[in-house]
Amino acid sequence: MTSGRRDGPRKTGRGSEPKVTQFRDHDVIVPQNTLRKAWAEPLAGGSDPVADAERALAALSGEFAGWMESECERLDAARGAVRAKGFDQETRQTIHHAAHDIKGHAATFGYPHAAAAAASLCRLIERTPDARRIPLELIDQHVDAVRAIVRERAEARADVVADALTTRLREVTDDFLRAENGGLLPDDDDILSPPTVPGLGPR
Amino acid sequence: MVRIDFNRLRFLLIDDNAHMRRILRTLLHGFGSREVYEAEDGAAGLEAFTHNIPDIVISDWAMPIFDGLELTQMIRQPGANANPFVPIIMLTGHSEKKRVMAARDCGVTEFLVKPISANALYQRILTVVVNPRPFIKTKTFFGPDRRRLVNPNYVGVERRKGSGKAEIIPQQALFERVKISE
Repeated sequence: MTSGRRDGPRKTGRGSEPKVTQFRDHDVIVPQNTLRKAWAEPLAGGSDPVADAERALAALSGEFAGWMESECERLDAARGAVRAKGFDQETRQTIHHAAHDIKGHAATFGYPHAAAAAASLCRLIERTPDARRIPLELIDQHVDAVRAIVRERAEARADVVADALTTRLREVTDDFLRAENGGLLPDDDDILSPPTVPGLGPR
Repeated sequence: MVRIDFNRLRFLLIDDNAHMRRILRTLLHGFGSREVYEAEDGAAGLEAFTHNIPDIVISDWAMPIFDGLELTQMIRQPGANANPFVPIIMLTGHSEKKRVMAARDCGVTEFLVKPISANALYQRILTVVVNPRPFIKTKTFFGPDRRRLVNPNYVGVERRKGSGKAEIIPQQALFERVKISE
């Protein structure tokens, strides 16, 4: 083990000195674990921080319907820009970003089917080689589906209808993507999140 | 079981979506954290990082000005800022393998795919606090060791060149670390 080197990182900003081991083509650097300051003894009768956070999130959930509506309006405005100007770099990025946010947030807000419809729209935009060839009707179907799912969430059988709608959207999108990609459906390559804490199973 | 005193950790949240920042702040406050800073794009995030010196950065991928990957590369510049070793948790709607690998190769510490949950966020934070990985510096990479596991049965070519044989970077297992605090 050798400590320190002239061109390597020297400090973490908290006065600590990383240990550096030099090899032929790489250095291995072990910084001081400054986060060790946060290690603490378990509390007697222990609180559950995850449960506490879930309760805090539940207390915030009254806001989610309004947030979801504003996300839908953003997507709708992006659709309007595509209708007005066609697909260019800016409109493509704007509608993809709006759909991508709904894909990521809607399930947290309690609208998992809206997330699925938005994910289909993201997939359509990402996997079409030339976005200008995407039919506006297909964009409309996705945006209208997201809006309808959010609007009708409280209705009876809403989940069943939303599930059928998102499944059909995905099928139609697959057909279009096959046609645009020489008969092949681009590989989704989706994977689960990487491992988290070794040795700790799911809670 | 190890416990984290969140009150001793300073967080920086970087996400251009105000709703997601509010969700993250709520979760972190629920964990017990009090020092939570926010920024709404990569440039503001870098400024907030330099100014506040957070213990942990939680960043979105897609953001205006420069994105989460570019931000990570800027933070992981040895000597360019106060703490190039800061843990960076990337929170994103992108789940494709190539995206995860790109983030890893830019020096992201942990990857968290939306939709977010309190448990998933907690687990990522627990990982970076309790089980930090060494950093590797090569001509083309500076970031947390991309080898999370040592496979004793690996028989392929060793790509790292050391003093005759592959080095084994000792990493204390989380299990051992947890036992310390019990």
